[in-house]
Amino acid sequence: MQHTIEELEELARKCRIEIVKMVYRAQAGHPGGSLSEIDLLAGLYGTTMRVRPDQPDWEDRDRFILSKGHASPGMYALLAERGFISHEDLTTYRVLGGVCQGHVDMKWCPGVDFSAGSLGMGLSYGMGCAIAAKLDGSERRAFVMLGDGEIQEGSVWEAAMAAAHHELGNLKVILDRNRIQNDDFCETQMRMFDIPAKWRAFGWNVKEIDGHDMNDVVDGMNFLSETNDGPSILIAHTVKGKGVSFMEDNPAFHGAAPNDEQYAQALTELGVSV
Amino acid sequence: MAATRDGYGQALLELAENEKVVVLEADLGKSTKSLHFRKAYPERTISCGIGEQNMLLVAAGMASSGYIPFASTFAIFTERAFEQMRNGVARPKLAVHLCGSHGGTHTGTDGSSAQSIEDLAIYRTLPNVTVMHPSDEVSTRILTKRLAASPNPSYMRTARNKTPVLYDDVPEDSIQIGKGIELKNGNDVAIVACGVLVSEALKAAEMLAEEGISATVVDMHTIKPLDTILIDNIAKRCGCIVTAEDHSIIGGLGGAVAEHLSMTSSTPLERVGVKDRFGESGQSDEMLELMELSAPHIANAARRAIQRK
Repeated sequence: MQHTIEELEELARKCRIEIVKMVYRAQAGHPGGSLSEIDLLAGLYGTTMRVRPDQPDWEDRDRFILSKGHASPGMYALLAERGFISHEDLTTYRVLGGVCQGHVDMKWCPGVDFSAGSLGMGLSYGMGCAIAAKLDGSERRAFVMLGDGEIQEGSVWEAAMAAAHHELGNLKVILDRNRIQNDDFCETQMRMFDIPAKWRAFGWNVKEIDGHDMNDVVDGMNFLSETNDGPSILIAHTVKGKGVSFMEDNPAFHGAAPNDEQYAQALTELGVSV
Repeated sequence: MAATRDGYGQALLELAENEKVVVLEADLGKSTKSLHFRKAYPERTISCGIGEQNMLLVAAGMASSGYIPFASTFAIFTERAFEQMRNGVARPKLAVHLCGSHGGTHTGTDGSSAQSIEDLAIYRTLPNVTVMHPSDEVSTRILTKRLAASPNPSYMRTARNKTPVLYDDVPEDSIQIGKGIELKNGNDVAIVACGVLVSEALKAAEMLAEEGISATVVDMHTIKPLDTILIDNIAKRCGCIVTAEDHSIIGGLGGAVAEHLSMTSSTPLERVGVKDRFGESGQSDEMLELMELSAPHIANAARRAIQRK
């Protein structure tokens, strides 16, 4: 299913509205990283992912692993827009018994391929999915989204080294380089220096894009699809909280909900008449 | 005499006809004995280098895709991937089978850094996870093969060094996950042991027999789920219980039995185990002496338990 750039942008805008609503309703959650990743998720699912919303456990589907599992509102919004879950389900975010658990959980939510929430785990899991696909002789691929703060976890680099060793051309990573982590800017918490050079040195194919320019995003997805000689990573430069002015580039909204006034402003900025 | 890790290696080979069985290694295949599988089936063996955290989750990803992964390293090194086991394997209930070889102080001269004495305790706290520590090569082989059909993830500890073969001529059906095995039937005291201490428990029973004390000896190869029916039966019949394990007295087999008995009866319980300390370099037999785990110590514990009846 192919979409125009405008359609993908509109998909992302709708998801942004749902993200803000979810976090506001729950008065908890992670809006910043959800808003930074959402153009990438829209581009990925809109152009690239081979999945069946009416058959979420289809064996030969591409896998998507949201390793930064706290950015779940973005994932849930996307899954609702694509028909894996209903918009009604979005009201269960962080609610007892809800499909939309605080962090994405494969046991609870259709379309979620990994129970994340503890950083640094998704790439290894995606690697297992990629190896299984190769053993099966299947064309399916494993896409993994990492946060930039997340790559401070050492086990990410165990997986990076192993994936290149095993020449996993069907393993594809998107790095949401939004420059902010829980406590503060990454630059303050742990400088990571030349991130593209690190991945190249580990034997990966690397491309950098503007993660909010949908033309760039689509180019990036094409790069991931077409690069099959070993693992590849798309480093997407993003803005945490993108689309809501007071959340943008603001560490305070990594994991905080808007108040009533902020909520109204956010919806207005996203084109909802309140 | 044979080492339980050899039983593990043999079982993997026997499981290989199932094409969904895959083996993961973290540079210790020669030691854990998965190397035999790797030699025969290199395309189904995934080298993860010296990276245990990655290995556990690669296994989880493969399990989610329909494979039956057996991952192994030293028991002590599995522990650095505990959170991966907790969050990435146990929580989504992916049937990854983790084998920790070289468990316990019995491992010997490598010293305390290599002697895992807490593995059974930590894995036992995880929902969905089966925890085992078989006593000999034969039962290890049979139980490993049974894991391939289990819907639950598992942790199994094997030992580096040789111990007596206890199940040379038994039908395979008599060894089942979650069912303790009564190796000796007595009425005065019940010794419940696992792993390398089962043969020591049998020796202790012989020592006690010379004093006219008749002891039951149970090989409790599965620590979780614990065979509580058997525990209740022997508690009733013998009136006192001794547990024996090459593991901390905190949280392992002794802990599991104590937790159960605390809710069901006031049966006196003595726990033989590593007394909240670390080991050191020494031969296996020297370590069992130093840690007060060998047959005479088990027999002493039995006498204490009988006195408390």
